[in-house]
Amino acid sequence: MENLERIIAEHPFFEGLDSEFTKLMVSCASNVRFKTGTYILKEGDPANTFYLIREGNVAVEVFAPQRKPIIVATLSVGELLGWSWLLPPFQWKFNARAIHDVRAIALDGKCLRTKCEENHDLGYAVLKRFAQIMEQRLEATRLQLLDVYSVSR
Amino acid sequence: MTVTPQSAVDPMLTHPCVLRAVTKETPDTFTLTVESDIGEGGSSFAPGQFSMLWVFGVGELPISISGDPAKHNQLVYTVRSVGQATHALVSQAVGNSVGVRGPFGTGWPTDGARGKDIIIVAGGIGLAPLRPVVYHALSNRKEYGRLVILYGARSPRELLYRKELAAWARNPETQVLVTVDYGGLGWRGHVGVVTTLFKYARLQPTHSVAMVCGPEIMMRFVTRELETHGLRREDIYLSMERNMKCAVGFCGHCQYGPYFICKDGPVFRYEQMRPLLEKYEL
Repeated sequence: MENLERIIAEHPFFEGLDSEFTKLMVSCASNVRFKTGTYILKEGDPANTFYLIREGNVAVEVFAPQRKPIIVATLSVGELLGWSWLLPPFQWKFNARAIHDVRAIALDGKCLRTKCEENHDLGYAVLKRFAQIMEQRLEATRLQLLDVYSVSR
Repeated sequence: MTVTPQSAVDPMLTHPCVLRAVTKETPDTFTLTVESDIGEGGSSFAPGQFSMLWVFGVGELPISISGDPAKHNQLVYTVRSVGQATHALVSQAVGNSVGVRGPFGTGWPTDGARGKDIIIVAGGIGLAPLRPVVYHALSNRKEYGRLVILYGARSPRELLYRKELAAWARNPETQVLVTVDYGGLGWRGHVGVVTTLFKYARLQPTHSVAMVCGPEIMMRFVTRELETHGLRREDIYLSMERNMKCAVGFCGHCQYGPYFICKDGPVFRYEQMRPLLEKYEL
């Protein structure tokens, strides 16, 4: 537990988080590993977990009928995977696959949602961090959509 | 400070050079090597400069020099075939003559970067005018600090110099991070725009010079990211592109605000470009 607490506190996503909040989160956390090629989460499945990546790379993919899946982003060490656990309907919108062996901390979304409801200060601290990630990824997605390297530009 | 070498020959005089090699880099991009005596007795160009290449009977094009500045008897150009003239240029047979004027314009601040880390941020074919900096820094390794290369392309098959990127990464104190906007299933590298690479880069912001080349939209976002990471504006340089014709500031085709890109650029300090990059009219 002590080890998990340290890992969570040292992960860039939770950098600077009040140690009391980190302690609260430890009971929702566990160590997980995924072999190369394994799907960590699948579109449409219940979203009850998120992951703090400690090692390896993850491809975030969209399934397209009669096509190969399209990788829309990759996530690596120090990054966070998954926020669908935070908002209804609590279902994954994308697939995530381990490109290289992944080691991560899994945080139980249901457990954390309950703790956030009970402790709104924790809820606000967590939400602020997720909002920042969402903002960064939205900006990156907009840039990606601009297709800046195409010939027509 | 940017470098502004002077061409010893008449800048309007086209110099016929023999095409020695054409290498396919991507489905539409080729690297041309021409034999040149322009640099006899010294370096023929400064990293970041460009030449005007004349395809006889077709037209003239401004193309950045992408080769090694230490190789004095050749000039190398990476050209994307997007129109009639570029298509004619990349379709030339080895042994044919290509007209060369130049080199022209300002270069990257390789002197000003001595003793500091060099951060190279390139998008698409924007890596071509930065490749001479990489060659120069790797051949003079002790004169520079860490070399960080962040490179983004549209897809894996549109990445330039793939073998060299892998080779550069094996050098000491060199970090090469590559990303693509759209990765196929076989791609095991990073997917995302070039700005998403910054979080993996080992930067020493107050001890670095950043050199950026790519589409203007990309450069706007990259400069923002560099500033967020603590780079000072005076340590950021951009290579700009406009429709260059005469290459010596006579014709005005490449005017950009108070500057002629051909003569005052193409490499500018970010501080010079910042007010212009924000103007809708330009």
